[in-house]
Amino acid sequence: MSTREYMLGNIAIARGIVEGGAQVISGYPGTPSSEIIDTLARMDERKFYVEWSVNEKVALEVAAGAAWSGVRSVVTMKHVGLNVAADPLMTLAYTGVKGGMIIIVADDPSCHSSQNEQDTRKYADFSLVPCLDPSTIQEAKDMIPYAFELSEKFEIPVIFRPTTRISHGKSDVEPGEVVENRPLAHFEKLIDRWVMLPKNARVRHSHLLGIQDSISKELEGSQWNELTISNGSEKIGIIASGIASVYTKEAIQNLGIDVSFLKISTYPVPQSLIKKMLEHADTILVIEELEPVVEDRVKIIANEVGLNTRIIGKTGDLVSRTGELNVELCKNAIANAFGIQGKFKTKSAMIATENIADSKMDVEGAIDIELPLRPPAMCPGCSHRAVYNAMKKVFGNDAVYPSDIGCYTLGVQSGTVETTLCMGSSITLASGIYHAGESRPICCSIGDSTFFHTGINGLMNAVYNKANITVTILDNRVTAMTGHQPNPGMGETATGEPTVEISIEKLCHGLGAEFVEVVDAYDRKATEDVFKRAKEYNGTSVVIAEQACVINARRMGIKHKPYVIDVGKCTGCKQCVKFGCPAIEFDAKGKHSKITALCTGCGVCAQICKFDAISEVGK
Amino acid sequence: MSGDKTKLDLVISGVGGQGAILASDIIGKAAVLEGISIRAAETHGMAQRGGSVVNHIRLECELGSMIPLHGADVLLALEPAEALRYIDSLSGDGVVIVNTEPVFPITVTSGGEEYPAVAEIVETLRANHKVIAFNASELAMKAGHPQAMNVVMVGAASNYLPMSKELLIDCIKGMVPPKTVDINVRAFELGRDQM
Repeated sequence: MSTREYMLGNIAIARGIVEGGAQVISGYPGTPSSEIIDTLARMDERKFYVEWSVNEKVALEVAAGAAWSGVRSVVTMKHVGLNVAADPLMTLAYTGVKGGMIIIVADDPSCHSSQNEQDTRKYADFSLVPCLDPSTIQEAKDMIPYAFELSEKFEIPVIFRPTTRISHGKSDVEPGEVVENRPLAHFEKLIDRWVMLPKNARVRHSHLLGIQDSISKELEGSQWNELTISNGSEKIGIIASGIASVYTKEAIQNLGIDVSFLKISTYPVPQSLIKKMLEHADTILVIEELEPVVEDRVKIIANEVGLNTRIIGKTGDLVSRTGELNVELCKNAIANAFGIQGKFKTKSAMIATENIADSKMDVEGAIDIELPLRPPAMCPGCSHRAVYNAMKKVFGNDAVYPSDIGCYTLGVQSGTVETTLCMGSSITLASGIYHAGESRPICCSIGDSTFFHTGINGLMNAVYNKANITVTILDNRVTAMTGHQPNPGMGETATGEPTVEISIEKLCHGLGAEFVEVVDAYDRKATEDVFKRAKEYNGTSVVIAEQACVINARRMGIKHKPYVIDVGKCTGCKQCVKFGCPAIEFDAKGKHSKITALCTGCGVCAQICKFDAISEVGK
Repeated sequence: MSGDKTKLDLVISGVGGQGAILASDIIGKAAVLEGISIRAAETHGMAQRGGSVVNHIRLECELGSMIPLHGADVLLALEPAEALRYIDSLSGDGVVIVNTEPVFPITVTSGGEEYPAVAEIVETLRANHKVIAFNASELAMKAGHPQAMNVVMVGAASNYLPMSKELLIDCIKGMVPPKTVDINVRAFELGRDQM
């Protein structure tokens, strides 16, 4: 009987963390990384501590503290989270660690669910921290225990970088043995290691540079890199990294060509393998997603050994620097690089969902049908829609609406999301727009979790520097977009343990705000009234709109009666349709609105209807 | 049991919330129990909120989870527009299994875009492919609950899968809420009858 299990990539990574004997795991949710901690926090028996931290910088430092105390630790985040945690990362590379520490940073080529597609391998290079880049889910799991050993051997944190197709892929996985040897925590008082005074930092910087060669040699001998030298007459070499290596292998198989092939999954890159490849190839095509990290390194190595081998990939525009790769794109790159055979279709069968949902479709050789777009939208009954609707009514089309990152970013369709830069940037951008002299009203929006993440500093700054803006905190009492993780406002920890419930209202008062009002997001009139007062207030006004996320409410068993339209009273004015709830449709034949089975009973549409045509079922 | 007979590339398309992930999990779990290697890719995160979603499932595959363009043997579409949207993923002799019950996107319900006639969509699919079209949502109602539509579709796909019917049913029993086991088994059988 096979022991293999069908696993989500992130669940396999969580399994690797358990197998590796981690004792402290921290992180901040972010697609595609969130399910790693979700999985660990839900386990019935845990021999480790796990937390959702308030942001990535905090999370990385919590994990570092544990590693300085001699136990194995992991921190998880998405790629942009590492920007927030970059400050401790850069110096943690100097101090190093005692217990093994893995920094899991999930990249999102193609921006499936992200505001950019930065390449974490650049951070590894920048910080001089080794990085592992898995090509399959099995490898992702197997790399985790290895990463702990590597980290402990060189006393340096290790970056582990899955991409969306690893984290949110699924595969049969062979589980491994669990490390049962867990050391007791003991913080050793190593002042020259843990106190980065300039005199210590200088020493540690030299030390960090000094161990690079040894790390490189260690990684070179690892099982994660594979070199196959072809004895064919044509001296062609292909190097591919991480997940691009499996697409490239399939492309080579499909093309039926005989080439030398090097798969790279470790950074610093395996120099001697690259040198061997250089000896056997006149032209080397490098296939990697996003930045030319391997490609640039291959060029440097070729230069060092005095070879002018043709090294192409991003060079020559054969491999795109944007978006994720797939078998077709790799096939194309190989065919174009080596003039192998005709043209291939370049379109992916799985283009980023958002892209495909935004594109009109023509089917070759058939009737042309225009498919309607299907962008993601806020759920039926989502309180954000109600708040945005009231906000727009009070502040008007002319006001400026900076916003932030969360489900409510989908409010871009309501005309109340006019900026999205990074976590916590709504209040700060609003302040800057105000201080620049913008005379129109400014009303920004930020979710509860994002406020806890990096909104607090922004609000304190706005109040302190007298920004005349309205800050709307959309408090749906959960970190919804990433899969409903608990946050400090909920009174429970990652593992569901009861804890102190941080009051956003008191927090705002503590930050110096004098206008702080809390309102029920489903109470349309009260919300409008609060916004009117906030708009008139001279200074930083804070509106906290509360209502539980509908998905979470349903899971907790909170049910409302659905609503229905009285066809006799409906004039067909479409005000309710314009509200944009997916549960409201317009019956063009009957010229009236109708409410579908998707209704969750929030009742906001009934408050919007001027003709009293919408009421609760049975009333 | 492994080899070329078990090799199959399947694309499941639909709308966020229709249960595409459970459908692919049933097939994935059954594949592993049958000793077939599997790779799958899913849509999570932002796009799930009522957006267009697509899952790839590759049976007897050791490489990447992404099915090459025009490479899928079966396209299992939980919604008609989402069949047409991903038709390019299907190979020339591949088969489309499509639920004919439309789900109107927000651009149609409140944005003024038009949803094409379902008959026209099915006709377009038929122009180049073998099509099995039926109303899986109605069959799910008949089985006992509209949410069992995804399991009806797994039943319809099962005629093309290398796993036994019994194994798929066992997996369904273990993966759906205990109260809904009978409904889902009925849903599977109703779908399997659609040839």
